Amino acid sequence: MINEFLDMNGYGLYVWSAFSFTFLSFTTLYVTVKAQYIRERKKFIDKYGSLNTKKAKIARNQIINQEILSSGQII
Amino acid sequence: MLKIFEPNRIFLITSKAPKYVFALFILVLSVGLVEALILSPEDYKQSHSVRIMYVHVPSAWISLGIFSSITFLSLSGYIFKNKNFFLIAKSLAPSGLVFNIVALVTGSIWGKPTWGTWWAWDARITSMLILAIFYLLYLIAWRIYEDKDQVLKITTLITILGIINIPIIKYSVDWWNTLHQPASINILSKSSIHSSMLLPLIIMTAAFALFSLLIFLMKYNTELIKLKNKGLDRL
Repeated sequence: MINEFLDMNGYGLYVWSAFSFTFLSFTTLYVTVKAQYIRERKKFIDKYGSLNTKKAKIARNQIINQEILSSGQII
Repeated sequence: MLKIFEPNRIFLITSKAPKYVFALFILVLSVGLVEALILSPEDYKQSHSVRIMYVHVPSAWISLGIFSSITFLSLSGYIFKNKNFFLIAKSLAPSGLVFNIVALVTGSIWGKPTWGTWWAWDARITSMLILAIFYLLYLIAWRIYEDKDQVLKITTLITILGIINIPIIKYSVDWWNTLHQPASINILSKSSIHSSMLLPLIIMTAAFALFSLLIFLMKYNTELIKLKNKGLDRL
């Protein structure tokens, strides 16, 4: 039963490679984009932390900066 | 009206949306895979190799849709003088390129048992390859040009030249004799595909569209944080 499903009348190799390639590409894209996000957010946190009091006060007034700091769990 | 396209407002939504989109993607994909690999029937001519259609066709559709959207957004950016349109277009491009590559590779895998060859320089396949080249040029332009105005001009020019290729891809199977079969699904007339195959195709298209939305949201958030990093430097 399982062998029949995997073999797909001799077309299994083609079907499974097409599906595998698709999801491998999806995973690679997802991991790459997530890594970029984490890197940029880390850079932002480091820069934000190193601001002096006056600059930090200006930065705190921008809502988007607070959002970036609190949006750590992207998925 | 265009205030709703301000990055600060958009980020409030885009920073929270990915986890919900991801959950929905997994749900729709699971249903789609069961339909595509188990419940849908085999084709009377192509047997089980027809199942490749459930990843090949949605990928091709989405890559065409994304490129058209990128062109529309780039032109809108110029018309409305809103740089956020360019940022949205830039964030869409990576998933568009990946879907284009998936369509080409899965088409090639499907071609071997169906046509007896991995590749043919026919009009549909070649025009899809040209689209991939336009995607690459677009992404490379964003990487190599540092001058903001210059990069906006060049990327828009690439999309305008690339959009000429979209109707060529669509009608290539009607205009020329190609190995590639004509469209089985028509919006304006009756489709030649049976509903038992159309349903999984629609579900898989929905799943892939959700995946491209997920990647877009993550990429867009990254681009906004990049901008804010530059903003902190200027404080």
